[in-house]
Amino acid sequence: MVSPAHFIALSVILFVIGAVGVLVRRNAIVVFMCVELMLNACNLAFVAFARMHGALDGQVIAFFVMVVAAAEVVVGLAILTAIFRARRSASVDDANLMKY
Amino acid sequence: MTGTHPLILAGSAAETTRLVAYWILAILSVAAAICMVLARRAVHCAMLLAVVMLSLACYYAMLGAPFLAFVQIIVYTGAVLMLFLFVLMIVGISAADSIIETIRGQRMWAALAGIAMLVLLSLVVGHAVIGPAAPASAKFGNGNVTALANLIFTRYLYPFEIVSALLIIAAIGAMVLAHRERTTPKPTQRELAAHRIASGRPTPLPGPGTYAQHNAADMPALLPDGSLSELSVSPVLSGRPGETPRELPGATAVPPAPQETAGSLAGPASASGGQEAGDR
Repeated sequence: MVSPAHFIALSVILFVIGAVGVLVRRNAIVVFMCVELMLNACNLAFVAFARMHGALDGQVIAFFVMVVAAAEVVVGLAILTAIFRARRSASVDDANLMKY
Repeated sequence: MTGTHPLILAGSAAETTRLVAYWILAILSVAAAICMVLARRAVHCAMLLAVVMLSLACYYAMLGAPFLAFVQIIVYTGAVLMLFLFVLMIVGISAADSIIETIRGQRMWAALAGIAMLVLLSLVVGHAVIGPAAPASAKFGNGNVTALANLIFTRYLYPFEIVSALLIIAAIGAMVLAHRERTTPKPTQRELAAHRIASGRPTPLPGPGTYAQHNAADMPALLPDGSLSELSVSPVLSGRPGETPRELPGATAVPPAPQETAGSLAGPASASGGQEAGDR
Protein backbone atom coordinates (compact mmCIF):
# COMPACT_ATOMS: atom_id res chain seq x y z
CA MET A 1 0.00 0.00 0.00
CA VAL A 2 1.49 3.30 -1.06
CA SER A 3 0.82 5.82 1.67
CA PRO A 4 1.49 9.57 1.57
CA ALA A 5 4.48 8.94 3.82
CA HIS A 6 6.23 7.25 0.89
CA PHE A 7 5.88 10.37 -1.20
CA ILE A 8 6.97 12.66 1.64
CA ALA A 9 10.11 10.58 2.11
CA LEU A 10 10.87 10.76 -1.59
CA SER A 11 10.36 14.51 -1.62
CA VAL A 12 12.77 14.87 1.30
CA ILE A 13 15.41 12.92 -0.62
CA LEU A 14 14.93 14.93 -3.80
CA PHE A 15 15.02 18.20 -1.87
CA VAL A 16 18.32 17.28 -0.22
CA ILE A 17 19.83 16.24 -3.55
CA GLY A 18 18.80 19.58 -5.03
CA ALA A 19 20.24 21.50 -2.09
CA VAL A 20 23.57 19.67 -2.37
CA GLY A 21 23.59 20.45 -6.08
CA VAL A 22 23.10 24.15 -5.39
CA LEU A 23 26.02 24.07 -2.97
CA VAL A 24 28.35 22.06 -5.18
CA ARG A 25 27.81 23.16 -8.76
CA ARG A 26 29.55 26.16 -10.34
CA ASN A 27 27.63 26.57 -13.57
CA ALA A 28 24.81 29.01 -12.89
CA ILE A 29 22.42 27.19 -15.22
CA VAL A 30 22.93 23.92 -13.39
CA VAL A 31 22.43 25.74 -10.08
CA PHE A 32 19.10 26.91 -11.48
CA MET A 33 18.18 23.36 -12.42
CA CYS A 34 18.93 22.22 -8.88
CA VAL A 35 16.66 24.98 -7.53
CA GLU A 36 13.98 23.67 -9.85
CA LEU A 37 14.51 20.20 -8.44
CA MET A 38 13.99 21.53 -4.91
CA LEU A 39 10.78 23.29 -5.95
CA ASN A 40 9.55 20.09 -7.55
CA ALA A 41 10.26 18.16 -4.38
CA CYS A 42 8.20 20.70 -2.42
CA ASN A 43 5.39 20.29 -4.92
CA LEU A 44 5.41 16.55 -4.44
CA ALA A 45 5.06 17.06 -0.69
CA PHE A 46 2.18 19.49 -1.23
CA VAL A 47 0.32 17.07 -3.46
CA ALA A 48 0.93 14.17 -1.09
CA PHE A 49 -0.42 16.18 1.84
CA ALA A 50 -3.43 17.18 -0.21
CA ARG A 51 -4.12 13.50 -0.82
CA MET A 52 -3.67 12.76 2.87
CA HIS A 53 -6.10 15.44 4.04
CA GLY A 54 -8.58 14.86 1.27
CA ALA A 55 -8.61 18.57 0.44
CA LEU A 56 -7.46 20.20 -2.75
CA ASP A 57 -5.75 23.23 -1.19
CA GLY A 58 -2.35 21.56 -1.44
CA GLN A 59 -2.82 21.05 -5.16
CA VAL A 60 -3.74 24.72 -5.60
CA ILE A 61 -0.59 25.75 -3.74
CA ALA A 62 1.48 23.38 -5.88
CA PHE A 63 -0.05 24.99 -8.95
CA PHE A 64 0.95 28.44 -7.68
CA VAL A 65 4.45 27.18 -6.95
CA MET A 66 4.73 26.00 -10.55
CA VAL A 67 3.66 29.40 -11.86
CA VAL A 68 6.08 31.28 -9.61
CA ALA A 69 8.86 28.87 -10.58
CA ALA A 70 8.20 29.53 -14.25
CA ALA A 71 8.40 33.29 -13.63
CA GLU A 72 11.60 32.81 -11.66
CA VAL A 73 13.19 30.77 -14.42
CA VAL A 74 12.29 33.37 -17.06
CA VAL A 75 13.82 36.26 -15.13
CA GLY A 76 16.77 34.23 -13.89
CA LEU A 77 17.74 32.97 -17.29
CA ALA A 78 17.43 36.47 -18.74
CA ILE A 79 19.82 37.73 -16.06
CA LEU A 80 22.12 34.83 -16.87
CA THR A 81 22.24 35.66 -20.57
CA ALA A 82 22.91 39.32 -19.71
CA ILE A 83 25.80 38.30 -17.45
CA PHE A 84 27.08 35.89 -20.08
CA ARG A 85 26.99 38.64 -22.70
CA ALA A 86 29.01 40.96 -20.49
CA ARG A 87 31.51 38.48 -19.04
CA ARG A 88 31.56 35.52 -21.48
CA SER A 89 31.11 33.08 -18.61
CA ALA A 90 28.24 31.28 -16.92
CA SER A 91 30.20 30.30 -13.84
CA VAL A 92 29.03 31.64 -10.51
CA ASP A 93 32.67 32.14 -9.51
CA ASP A 94 33.31 34.72 -12.18
CA ALA A 95 30.55 37.09 -11.08
CA ASN A 96 32.50 38.39 -8.10
CA LEU A 97 32.76 42.10 -8.78
CA MET A 98 30.94 42.92 -5.55
CA LYS A 99 33.50 41.03 -3.50
CA TYR A 100 35.36 43.49 -1.22
CA MET B 1 -1.43 6.13 -14.99
CA THR B 2 -4.01 3.93 -13.40
CA GLY B 3 -3.91 5.99 -10.23
CA THR B 4 -6.08 8.74 -11.63
CA HIS B 5 -9.18 6.78 -10.80
CA PRO B 6 -8.93 5.81 -7.15
CA LEU B 7 -12.61 4.93 -7.04
CA ILE B 8 -12.09 1.81 -9.06
CA LEU B 9 -8.80 0.90 -7.39
CA ALA B 10 -10.13 -1.24 -4.62
CA GLY B 11 -8.51 -4.57 -5.26
CA SER B 12 -5.16 -5.64 -3.92
CA ALA B 13 -3.82 -6.22 -7.41
CA ALA B 14 -4.21 -2.53 -8.13
CA GLU B 15 -2.41 -1.71 -4.88
CA THR B 16 0.47 -3.96 -5.87
CA THR B 17 0.63 -2.23 -9.22
CA ARG B 18 0.79 1.12 -7.50
CA LEU B 19 3.53 -0.07 -5.18
CA VAL B 20 5.61 -1.43 -8.04
CA ALA B 21 5.11 1.76 -10.02
CA TYR B 22 6.05 3.82 -6.99
CA TRP B 23 9.32 1.98 -6.45
CA ILE B 24 10.34 1.95 -10.09
CA LEU B 25 9.72 5.67 -10.37
CA ALA B 26 11.38 6.36 -7.03
CA ILE B 27 14.58 4.59 -8.03
CA LEU B 28 14.49 6.24 -11.44
CA SER B 29 13.94 9.76 -10.15
CA VAL B 30 16.47 9.58 -7.32
CA ALA B 31 19.10 8.08 -9.63
CA ALA B 32 18.42 10.77 -12.23
CA ALA B 33 18.63 13.50 -9.59
CA ILE B 34 21.95 12.20 -8.28
CA CYS B 35 23.33 11.91 -11.80
CA MET B 36 22.13 15.45 -12.46
CA VAL B 37 24.22 16.76 -9.61
CA LEU B 38 27.21 14.72 -10.77
CA ALA B 39 27.00 15.18 -14.56
CA ARG B 40 29.56 17.63 -15.86
CA ARG B 41 27.81 18.85 -18.98
CA ALA B 42 24.85 21.13 -18.54
CA VAL B 43 22.92 19.45 -21.36
CA HIS B 44 23.08 16.10 -19.60
CA CYS B 45 21.84 17.81 -16.44
CA ALA B 46 18.84 19.18 -18.34
CA MET B 47 17.98 15.76 -19.77
CA LEU B 48 18.23 14.10 -16.36
CA LEU B 49 16.05 16.85 -14.88
CA ALA B 50 13.48 16.00 -17.53
CA VAL B 51 13.49 12.39 -16.28
CA VAL B 52 12.88 13.57 -12.71
CA MET B 53 10.08 15.90 -13.78
CA LEU B 54 8.32 13.25 -15.86
CA SER B 55 8.42 10.75 -13.02
CA LEU B 56 7.03 13.43 -10.70
CA ALA B 57 4.20 13.91 -13.19
CA CYS B 58 3.45 10.18 -12.88
CA TYR B 59 3.43 10.58 -9.10
CA TYR B 60 0.93 13.42 -9.33
CA ALA B 61 -1.30 11.18 -11.38
CA MET B 62 -0.95 8.45 -8.75
CA LEU B 63 -1.81 10.94 -6.01
CA GLY B 64 -5.07 11.94 -7.62
CA ALA B 65 -3.89 15.18 -9.24
CA PRO B 66 -4.35 14.61 -12.99
CA PHE B 67 -4.51 18.34 -13.68
CA LEU B 68 -1.18 18.95 -11.98
CA ALA B 69 0.31 15.96 -13.78
CA PHE B 70 -0.47 17.53 -17.12
CA VAL B 71 0.60 20.98 -16.00
CA GLN B 72 3.86 19.45 -14.84
CA ILE B 73 4.48 17.90 -18.24
CA ILE B 74 3.38 20.94 -20.25
CA VAL B 75 4.84 23.74 -18.14
CA TYR B 76 7.92 22.14 -16.64
CA THR B 77 9.06 19.55 -19.11
CA GLY B 78 7.71 21.46 -22.07
CA ALA B 79 8.32 25.11 -21.38
CA VAL B 80 10.83 25.49 -18.56
CA LEU B 81 13.22 22.81 -19.74
CA MET B 82 13.06 24.06 -23.31
CA LEU B 83 13.94 27.51 -21.98
CA PHE B 84 16.91 25.97 -20.19
CA LEU B 85 18.01 24.31 -23.42
CA PHE B 86 17.65 27.55 -25.38
CA VAL B 87 19.83 29.39 -22.88
CA LEU B 88 22.31 26.53 -23.05
CA MET B 89 22.45 27.06 -26.79
CA ILE B 90 23.22 30.75 -26.25
CA VAL B 91 25.77 30.18 -23.52
CA GLY B 92 27.44 27.34 -25.38
CA ILE B 93 26.54 23.71 -25.25
CA SER B 94 30.02 22.72 -24.17
CA ALA B 95 29.90 24.81 -21.00
CA ALA B 96 31.24 22.18 -18.63
CA ASP B 97 31.88 22.84 -14.99
CA SER B 98 35.39 23.42 -13.76
CA ILE B 99 36.61 20.89 -11.25
CA ILE B 100 38.75 23.38 -9.39
CA GLU B 101 37.37 24.28 -5.99
CA THR B 102 37.54 28.00 -5.35
CA ILE B 103 36.66 27.53 -1.70
CA ARG B 104 38.84 24.87 -0.13
CA GLY B 105 36.94 21.78 0.96
CA GLN B 106 33.67 23.10 -0.40
CA ARG B 107 32.53 19.76 -1.72
CA MET B 108 33.19 17.96 1.54
CA TRP B 109 31.34 20.59 3.52
CA ALA B 110 28.48 20.56 1.02
CA ALA B 111 28.20 16.79 1.36
CA LEU B 112 28.26 17.10 5.16
CA ALA B 113 25.59 19.80 5.05
CA GLY B 114 23.51 17.60 2.77
CA ILE B 115 23.73 14.66 5.12
CA ALA B 116 22.90 16.89 8.09
CA MET B 117 19.91 18.28 6.22
CA LEU B 118 18.75 14.78 5.31
CA VAL B 119 18.98 13.68 8.95
CA LEU B 120 17.16 16.79 10.13
CA LEU B 121 14.36 16.50 7.63
CA SER B 122 14.04 12.75 8.23
CA LEU B 123 13.71 13.38 11.96
CA VAL B 124 11.07 16.04 11.40
CA VAL B 125 9.11 13.91 8.95
CA GLY B 126 9.54 10.85 11.15
CA HIS B 127 8.09 12.67 14.13
CA ALA B 128 5.17 14.01 12.18
CA VAL B 129 2.06 11.92 12.04
CA ILE B 130 1.47 11.20 8.38
CA GLY B 131 -1.80 9.40 8.17
CA PRO B 132 -3.09 7.21 5.40
CA ALA B 133 -4.67 8.73 2.35
CA ALA B 134 -8.13 10.14 2.79
CA PRO B 135 -10.97 8.03 1.43
CA ALA B 136 -11.24 8.31 -2.29
CA SER B 137 -13.60 10.91 -3.65
CA ALA B 138 -14.41 12.42 -7.00
CA LYS B 139 -12.14 15.39 -6.17
CA PHE B 140 -9.15 13.14 -6.76
CA GLY B 141 -10.52 11.50 -9.86
CA ASN B 142 -12.64 12.69 -12.70
CA GLY B 143 -13.87 15.78 -10.88
CA ASN B 144 -10.38 17.05 -10.14
CA VAL B 145 -10.32 19.89 -12.65
CA THR B 146 -13.75 21.15 -11.69
CA ALA B 147 -12.98 21.08 -7.99
CA LEU B 148 -9.65 22.86 -8.56
CA ALA B 149 -11.34 25.53 -10.64
CA ASN B 150 -13.90 26.02 -7.88
CA LEU B 151 -11.12 26.58 -5.37
CA ILE B 152 -8.99 28.82 -7.59
CA PHE B 153 -11.84 31.11 -8.53
CA THR B 154 -13.35 31.39 -5.07
CA ARG B 155 -11.00 31.04 -2.13
CA TYR B 156 -7.76 31.60 -4.02
CA LEU B 157 -8.99 34.30 -6.35
CA TYR B 158 -6.71 37.05 -5.05
CA PRO B 159 -3.54 34.92 -5.09
CA PHE B 160 -4.49 33.84 -8.59
CA GLU B 161 -4.78 37.44 -9.77
CA ILE B 162 -1.53 38.40 -8.08
CA VAL B 163 0.21 35.47 -9.72
CA SER B 164 -1.05 36.59 -13.12
CA ALA B 165 0.38 40.05 -12.44
CA LEU B 166 3.64 38.38 -11.45
CA LEU B 167 3.74 36.51 -14.75
CA ILE B 168 3.29 39.72 -16.73
CA ILE B 169 6.00 41.43 -14.70
CA ALA B 170 8.33 38.48 -15.27
CA ALA B 171 7.72 38.52 -19.01
CA ILE B 172 8.41 42.26 -19.24
CA GLY B 173 11.44 41.90 -17.00
CA ALA B 174 12.87 39.17 -19.20
CA MET B 175 12.34 41.33 -22.28
CA VAL B 176 14.06 44.29 -20.62
CA LEU B 177 16.95 42.17 -19.40
CA ALA B 178 17.49 40.40 -22.70
CA HIS B 179 17.15 43.58 -24.74
CA ARG B 180 20.37 44.96 -26.15
CA GLU B 181 20.54 48.61 -27.06
CA ARG B 182 22.27 49.29 -30.36
CA THR B 183 25.18 51.63 -29.66
CA THR B 184 26.43 52.00 -33.21
CA PRO B 185 24.35 52.90 -36.27
CA LYS B 186 23.21 49.97 -38.33
CA PRO B 187 25.59 49.42 -41.26
CA THR B 188 23.99 50.05 -44.61
CA GLN B 189 24.14 47.62 -47.50
CA ARG B 190 26.66 49.86 -49.28
CA GLU B 191 28.98 49.82 -46.25
CA LEU B 192 28.62 46.07 -45.91
CA ALA B 193 29.51 45.56 -49.56
CA ALA B 194 32.51 47.89 -49.31
CA HIS B 195 33.70 46.08 -46.20
CA ARG B 196 33.32 42.77 -47.94
CA ILE B 197 35.40 43.83 -50.93
CA ALA B 198 38.02 45.40 -48.67
CA SER B 199 38.30 42.24 -46.56
CA GLY B 200 39.94 40.43 -49.47
CA ARG B 201 37.33 37.67 -49.58
CA PRO B 202 34.29 38.79 -51.53
CA THR B 203 32.78 35.32 -51.86
CA PRO B 204 30.94 33.36 -49.13
CA LEU B 205 32.90 30.90 -47.04
CA PRO B 206 33.00 27.34 -48.39
CA GLY B 207 30.40 24.99 -46.94
CA PRO B 208 31.45 21.99 -44.88
CA GLY B 209 31.67 18.60 -46.44
CA THR B 210 32.12 19.70 -50.06
CA TYR B 211 33.89 16.89 -51.90
CA ALA B 212 34.65 15.24 -48.57
CA GLN B 213 33.73 11.70 -47.58
CA HIS B 214 30.47 12.80 -45.99
CA ASN B 215 28.63 16.05 -45.42
CA ALA B 216 28.59 16.29 -41.63
CA ALA B 217 28.76 19.84 -40.29
CA ASP B 218 32.16 19.26 -38.71
CA MET B 219 33.69 17.75 -41.84
CA PRO B 220 35.92 20.27 -43.57
CA ALA B 221 35.49 20.77 -47.28
CA LEU B 222 38.14 19.51 -49.64
CA LEU B 223 39.82 22.04 -51.85
CA PRO B 224 40.46 21.11 -55.50
CA ASP B 225 44.02 20.11 -54.70
CA GLY B 226 42.82 17.68 -52.02
CA SER B 227 43.76 19.78 -49.02
CA LEU B 228 41.33 20.70 -46.27
CA SER B 229 39.62 24.05 -46.04
CA GLU B 230 39.74 25.14 -42.41
CA LEU B 231 37.34 27.98 -43.15
CA SER B 232 34.52 25.63 -44.01
CA VAL B 233 33.99 24.44 -40.43
CA SER B 234 32.36 26.70 -37.89
CA PRO B 235 34.83 27.74 -35.17
CA VAL B 236 32.20 26.76 -32.61
CA LEU B 237 32.40 23.15 -33.77
CA SER B 238 36.14 22.95 -34.16
CA GLY B 239 36.69 24.57 -30.76
CA ARG B 240 34.43 22.18 -28.95
CA PRO B 241 36.20 20.38 -26.11
CA GLY B 242 36.04 16.63 -26.11
CA GLU B 243 35.69 16.55 -29.86
CA THR B 244 38.85 16.07 -31.78
CA PRO B 245 38.80 17.87 -35.08
CA ARG B 246 38.86 15.49 -37.97
CA GLU B 247 42.45 15.16 -38.96
CA LEU B 248 43.26 14.16 -42.47
CA PRO B 249 46.64 14.29 -44.20
CA GLY B 250 47.44 17.73 -45.48
CA ALA B 251 45.20 19.46 -43.00
CA THR B 252 47.56 22.21 -42.01
CA ALA B 253 48.98 23.84 -45.06
CA VAL B 254 46.56 25.04 -47.70
CA PRO B 255 48.63 25.87 -50.75
CA PRO B 256 47.14 28.13 -53.37
CA ALA B 257 45.40 25.92 -55.85
CA PRO B 258 46.07 26.42 -59.53
CA GLN B 259 43.14 27.68 -61.49
CA GLU B 260 42.97 24.88 -64.02
CA THR B 261 42.60 22.25 -61.26
CA ALA B 262 39.65 24.13 -59.89
CA GLY B 263 38.04 24.28 -63.26
CA SER B 264 38.51 20.59 -63.97
CA LEU B 265 37.28 19.39 -60.57
CA ALA B 266 34.26 21.61 -60.22
CA GLY B 267 31.21 19.58 -61.13
CA PRO B 268 28.06 21.05 -62.60
CA ALA B 269 26.14 20.74 -59.31
CA SER B 270 28.56 22.71 -57.17
CA ALA B 271 30.59 24.65 -59.66
CA SER B 272 30.44 27.85 -57.68
CA GLY B 273 31.65 26.16 -54.48
CA GLY B 274 34.58 24.61 -56.24
CA GLN B 275 35.65 27.84 -57.84
CA GLU B 276 35.41 29.69 -54.54
CA ALA B 277 37.62 27.12 -52.94
CA GLY B 278 40.04 27.32 -55.82
CA ASP B 279 40.27 31.09 -55.56
CA ARG B 280 41.69 30.97 -52.11
